[in-house]
Amino acid sequence: MTEPPGAAVRTVDLKKTYPASGPRPAVPAVQGIDLDVPRGEFFGLLGPNGAGKSTTIGMLTTLVVPTGGSAQVCGLDVVKDAVEIKRRIGVVSQNNSLDSDLTVAENLEFRGRYFGLGARDARRRAAELLELFGLTEQRGGSPFEISGGQAKRVMICRALMHGPEVLFLDEPTAGLDPQTRANLWEVLRGLQASGQTIVLTTHYMEEAEALCDRVAVVDHGRILASGTVDQLKSSAGADTVITVSYDAAAPQEIKRLGDRDGISKVEVNDGQVRVFATEPDGILGELVDLGSTAGVGVTDASQLRPSLETVFLSLTGREYRD
Amino acid sequence: MSTAVLAPPPPARATIPRTFAAMMAREARVMRKNFLSTFIRVLVQPVMFVFVFAYVLPKLGGGATAGGPGGPTFSTILVPGLVGSSIIMQAMMAVIFPLMMELTWQKSITDRALAPVPVPLLAVQKIIAAATQGLIGGLLVFPAVLLIHAEGQAPKVHVDDWPILILVMVAGALMSAAGGLLLGTLLNPQKVQVMFAMVLLPMTMLGCVYYPWSALDHIRWLQILSLLNPLVYISEGLRSALTPAIPHMPAWAFLLAIVGGTILLTWAATRTFTKRVLT
Repeated sequence: MTEPPGAAVRTVDLKKTYPASGPRPAVPAVQGIDLDVPRGEFFGLLGPNGAGKSTTIGMLTTLVVPTGGSAQVCGLDVVKDAVEIKRRIGVVSQNNSLDSDLTVAENLEFRGRYFGLGARDARRRAAELLELFGLTEQRGGSPFEISGGQAKRVMICRALMHGPEVLFLDEPTAGLDPQTRANLWEVLRGLQASGQTIVLTTHYMEEAEALCDRVAVVDHGRILASGTVDQLKSSAGADTVITVSYDAAAPQEIKRLGDRDGISKVEVNDGQVRVFATEPDGILGELVDLGSTAGVGVTDASQLRPSLETVFLSLTGREYRD
Repeated sequence: MSTAVLAPPPPARATIPRTFAAMMAREARVMRKNFLSTFIRVLVQPVMFVFVFAYVLPKLGGGATAGGPGGPTFSTILVPGLVGSSIIMQAMMAVIFPLMMELTWQKSITDRALAPVPVPLLAVQKIIAAATQGLIGGLLVFPAVLLIHAEGQAPKVHVDDWPILILVMVAGALMSAAGGLLLGTLLNPQKVQVMFAMVLLPMTMLGCVYYPWSALDHIRWLQILSLLNPLVYISEGLRSALTPAIPHMPAWAFLLAIVGGTILLTWAATRTFTKRVLT
């Protein structure tokens, strides 16, 4: 495979607004996203459902037309050079988009032939991939008679038939059981080790942490932060987060904690208090004591260690929900 | 599952014609798999029809035969009509049924949309594939309508003009497939049942399948209204090519309608299809 220069993915102020339709107002799904993914990287778009991740992947894979900004994949424009981009990418969609009129093996064979492989080469390549992914037994079956995890692996095989320069995966493990997910992670790590550029979307924090070289945290169609997982964790506010809920309004004195060394931020919201700390020892106990001094009880308390979860919390003020 | 190294793929040349050919090969594979069930469905209706009207009723001495003594047999009228209606039905169903699945359920259309061809070409590919099925449907009906009849009720068929016959069948099939694609991309899937009842059934009943268009002189309003029905032009075109002794539309009229209709419907369906696939 020749490796032309340039980033695998580059977007500048990329936007997509779906037009209004009937009673539904226009939806600004993506509101200006800048991405720069070098070749060979495992890049993750992390965000809750509805954050605009799939729309972004849709634009990068030429099936969603941007309404603003620009996007390039392998140095090619997603609107002007759509056909050439399609030759160079592999896509694993969120749904089972396998061709239901064909068997598992035929799905791979014909995908290979769509991408210019001869019939015999396509058959041989399909057999190799199925073997490698442990799917040889399923080769003659219908794509809808196999399990969800198997279907996902078949879709990955299918996307790899023509040796894509960039592999896009939209929520590859959504809805899979933990064991199957772990298997799939192994597959993806193997691909990365072989030098495959991968762009993945996920709403699972632990998936982004486990797999990605770099992560962009997306919410409401915008990138909140991006970098390596470690960079994100050590960035501002990415501390241990201590959350305490009181059964009445929180004591006023708590706000003063924000002046102390080792505490970077205190948020008070009625009965709920959130302390972002770099030195968390003892703070939880202190919050409980302050409550009982003021005559309010504690109904809930938690302490989160630094993770993408705390990053998201600190960036949005909202708890991350899968 | 291991992290065994994946070999690079064999060298590939993904030109647009090669990709197009591979998609047609996929259609051929699927058609071969489903051949029996697909074409039995196509054949049942015309076979039953000629059996009842060209065999059973004449045997009973009923008055269902057209023309009376000396006139053309009803079977002669039916040959072009039933071939035409089979072409149109099969071509439309061959595009609509898969499309409904692809556009809704799991949106599996993305599978083909990611193949390296421009999306409008994907629409053209669907039209050509469905038209091929329509043509096969039409050809399979021939033996049935030619051979099933009571004694003395044989249809008088003589191919007067091969180029017209081939042109009407091929362009007619393309027009039907394009119309099917247009309907399939405009209608939402829940309305498909309604469409079959409201569009396809009246279209075949009133498509000059069971009588020549000129015979409608007696019902002038229906004769004029029928001109909106694309099947009328296919039936009349085939009538002109197969049973020239029966009165039929002039060639310029049905050719203009079929060729013009093919171009217009292909253009419109390509646009609506592209809009459905690219969001």
